[in-house]
Amino acid sequence: MAKLTINGEQKSFDAPPDMPLLWVLRDILGLTGTKFGCGIAQCGACTVHIDGKSVRSCMLAVGAIRDRAVTTIEGIGATPAGAKVQKAWLDLEVIQCGYCQSGQIMAAAALLAAVANPDDADIDAAMAGNICRCGTYVRIRAAIKQAASGRQS
Amino acid sequence: MTFAQKSFEGMSRRTLLTSGLAGGLLLAFHVPVRAFNEPVQPPDDTAGKFAPNAFIRIDHSGKTTLIMPQVEMGQGTYTSISMILAEELDTDFAQVVVEHAPASDKLYGNPVFGIQVTGNSNSVRAFWKPLRNAGASARAMLVQAAAQQWQVEPASCTTSNGQVLHTVSGRRLSYGELVDAANTRTPPRDVALKDPKDFVLIGKPLKRLDTPDKTNGKAVYGIDAMLPGMKFATLMACPVFGGKVARVDDSAARKLPGVQQIVVLDDLVAVVGDHMWAAKKALDALVIEWDEGSYAQLSSNDIWRDLRAASEKDGVVAKSRGDIAKALATGERFEASYELPFLAHASMEPVNATVHLKPDSCEIWTGSQVIARVQSEGAKAAGLPVEKVIANNHLLGGGFGRKLEADMVVKAVRIAKHVDGPVKVVWTREEDIQHDVYRPVYRDTIAATLSGGKIVGWKYKIAGSAILARWLPPAFQKGIDIDAVDSAIDVPYDIPNFHVEYVRAEPPAVPTGFWRGVGPNNNVFAVECFMDELARKAGKDPVDFRRSMLGNQPRFLAALNLAAEKSNWGEPLPARVGRGVCVQPSFASFIATVVEAEVDEQGEVHLRRITSAVDTGIVVNPDTVVAQLEGGLIFGLTAALYGEIIIDKGRVQQSNFNDYRMLRIDQTPKIDVHLIKSGEPPGGIGETGANAGPPALRNAIYAATGVALRRLPIDRALIAGKKT
Repeated sequence: MAKLTINGEQKSFDAPPDMPLLWVLRDILGLTGTKFGCGIAQCGACTVHIDGKSVRSCMLAVGAIRDRAVTTIEGIGATPAGAKVQKAWLDLEVIQCGYCQSGQIMAAAALLAAVANPDDADIDAAMAGNICRCGTYVRIRAAIKQAASGRQS
Repeated sequence: MTFAQKSFEGMSRRTLLTSGLAGGLLLAFHVPVRAFNEPVQPPDDTAGKFAPNAFIRIDHSGKTTLIMPQVEMGQGTYTSISMILAEELDTDFAQVVVEHAPASDKLYGNPVFGIQVTGNSNSVRAFWKPLRNAGASARAMLVQAAAQQWQVEPASCTTSNGQVLHTVSGRRLSYGELVDAANTRTPPRDVALKDPKDFVLIGKPLKRLDTPDKTNGKAVYGIDAMLPGMKFATLMACPVFGGKVARVDDSAARKLPGVQQIVVLDDLVAVVGDHMWAAKKALDALVIEWDEGSYAQLSSNDIWRDLRAASEKDGVVAKSRGDIAKALATGERFEASYELPFLAHASMEPVNATVHLKPDSCEIWTGSQVIARVQSEGAKAAGLPVEKVIANNHLLGGGFGRKLEADMVVKAVRIAKHVDGPVKVVWTREEDIQHDVYRPVYRDTIAATLSGGKIVGWKYKIAGSAILARWLPPAFQKGIDIDAVDSAIDVPYDIPNFHVEYVRAEPPAVPTGFWRGVGPNNNVFAVECFMDELARKAGKDPVDFRRSMLGNQPRFLAALNLAAEKSNWGEPLPARVGRGVCVQPSFASFIATVVEAEVDEQGEVHLRRITSAVDTGIVVNPDTVVAQLEGGLIFGLTAALYGEIIIDKGRVQQSNFNDYRMLRIDQTPKIDVHLIKSGEPPGGIGETGANAGPPALRNAIYAATGVALRRLPIDRALIAGKKT
C-alpha cells in the first residue's frame, strides 16, 4: 500500500508508483475536484500543490511524492492564500464553466503564497500555463490583484 | 424514425425565415409547445411540494427548487433562468435551489427548436415569456390559496420575497405554508406579467448560483460521475475517418496491472481497467492494425479544392431584393472570397460518458446540451425502448456545440455492452481533438459595387456544410441551411440591391457540427472584412463608411458610435498598430467591437485592447452579459490566431494543446464591455463574442499593415515586416 498526506489527511491506496497523482486522486480516492484536461502538462487543469508549490498532477508519478504534502482544490480553502483566492474568485465572478478553475485557483494560491503583491508580469508567469477555454483571463488577473490587496481592483 | 423527425411529427412545417428581426436562427416553425403554465405529469417526486408546472417546486419549509430546462455550461443560464422564474414568482432568491432537468422534450423542450436543447444563444430569448408565465401563474395560485384562507379578494393581496401579504389587514403567509392549499388551485390561463419597471431581480448583477461549488472541488461534471463498482475505460477510434479495426495484438497490454478487458469494436478499441491510468497505459501497449478504408488519402488540400469549385457554382437564393444583375453591372465591381478552416471545440472537459447497461435497462451519466437526444440515441445503441433509459445530466465543462452531439454516448453504450457493471469512458485529449464533430470549412464570396461612397449592389454567396440538414432535418428546407446564411441575410447596412445565395458543400468523411458562434461566424467574418475593403476602395474611414449605411438602424448605430468613442477610434497610433471594427447583427443583439492590435516585424500579433458596445435588449443579469462577451471574444480570437484542424492522409494532424493552441492569460489584453440600456425583448449573447473577435482583429491587422487577410487563422508570413 502506498501512502500520501493529502489535505492534511493520511491516505493509503494501492497504485503503481508510475501512476500520475491525477488518477490516484480522481479514480482511486474519489477526489474529483482536480481535473483532467490534457495529460501532458499543457493546460494546468490538474494543478495541485506539493509542499505549497504548483505542480501538474497529470505528469507527477505518485511514487515520486514520498512524504511531501499534497494539497488539492478540496483542501486549498484551509490555507490563507487559498481562502483569499476563492473569495476573490466569487466576488469578481470569475468563473464560467468552471472546469479549469480548480487549476486556476491552485496556481493563483501558490502565486500569492510566494509573492504577496504580484504585478502583471508575476501573474503572467504564474498563470500562463493554465488554459481557460471560456476566456476568463481578465477576471483572473483582477481577482488575483484583489486577493492580494483585499481591495476592489 | 429518428429522434428529430419524431419530435417534429404532426407539426406544421411553416418554416420561414424571420425577417425584419435580427434573428439568430429563429426557426419560425409553428411549434406546438405545451403552454408553460399547464400542470404536467411531473418526472420527479412532488409529494408534499407545490408543483404547479415543470419548473417550480416549493416545499413546506419554503425552499424553492427550480428545474432548469437549459444546461449550465458556463454561460450563467442557471442564474438567469432562476432570476426570470423568481422575478414573476416573487420568491426569495436566497432560498432558490436549482436542479438539472431530466430528459424530456415534452416538458423541457426549447420553444425555438421543439426539442430539449441548449444552444444558439437562445436560452433567455426562447424561455423569456414562457418562464415568466410559469412564475406568474404559480404566484397567482399561491395568492388564491392565501386569499381563500383569509376570505378576501385575491386582488387585495400582494407578494414579496416568498410571502403573500394582505395589505389591509397586515396578514401574511409564507409560500411554504401555502403549499397544500395552492396545490388544489388550477393554474390560471392568463396571468398578468410584471411591468419591467417593477422588476426587483431582472437587471441586477446577481451572484451566480453555480459558482461557489466551482471554487472548492464540489461541482460535479459528467466526468466526475462515480458509481460503486465502476470501471474506467478509454478508447482509440480509427485515426482515419471511416476506417475500421483490422487486427489487434493485445498480448503486451493484457499483462499490465489493472487491466480488466479489451473491447474491440468495428471502428474502435477500448481498454477497461481499474482506473484511467491502467486503461491508458494498456491502450498505448496495444498493437492495432487499421483498415484505413476509402479516405486514407484524404487531405485538407482536396477538401479546399472541392469547396472552391463548389463555391463557383450558382447557389439557392436565400434572400434577394432590388435588381442585383443591374446593380453589379453598374460602376466598379469589387469581389473577395473569405475562407474559414475546420475547428475542434476543445472544451476543457474532455468528451466522456458513463454507462451502466443491464439486460433490460440502461443508465447514462454525462453532461449534454441535448439530454433527451442522449436518452434516445443511447436507447437506440443499447437496443432498448427509450423509457428504459435514464439519462442523468451534469454541469458541462464547456459545451461550445460539442455537446449538441450524442456520438460519445453512443460509443460509450457500445463499449458498455461488453462490460459487466458501470463503466466510465473518458476520451484522451488526443481522441477528443481527432474525433470531434468539426466546425465546417466555409468559403464566402461577396461581390459589390460602390457609388458615391455607398454600396449599391451586394451579392453574397456562402458555400459550406448544411449542419441543420443532419442535425435537425425538418429545419433544412428548399436547399437552404438557415444557420449558414443566418447573418448573411440580416446584414444591417442599407444596401438597395441585395442578394444572398447558399451552396451546400459537404466535405467528404469529416463530420461537421455547431461551434460557438455557429453560422454567423462565417457571415460576420466575410461581411465585416469586406466592409473594410470597400471602405478603403471608397477612401473612407471604416467607422464612417459603416455609419453612412446605418441610418435606418438606430440600435446598431448607437452601438457603433459607443464602441468608436470608448476605443478612442481615430486617435493616432504607433506604426504597425491598428484598430479594427466589427458590427454584427446576430442573435437579436446589436453589437459593435473594436480590437486594437500590433503586428510585429516577425508577423506576430499582439492584442492591445478590446472594446465592445452591446445592446441586447432587456438584460437579465448584466454581469453575465459582460462575462459572456469577454469570454466569447477570447474564444473567437483564439480561433483567429491559432485555430485550424488540418487533415492529411485521412487523419487529423492536431492532437493536444501543444499543436492546437489556445490564447493564454499573458496574451490577453484589457477588455471593456459597455452595455446599452434597452427596453426591447432580450437578445442572445453567448455566441456573440466569438463572432466579433476574428473580423475586428483582422481589420486591425489590415489597418496596421495594409494587408487584407482573407483566410483564418492569421498567416504570419503575409503580415511580417519587410526584410531588411
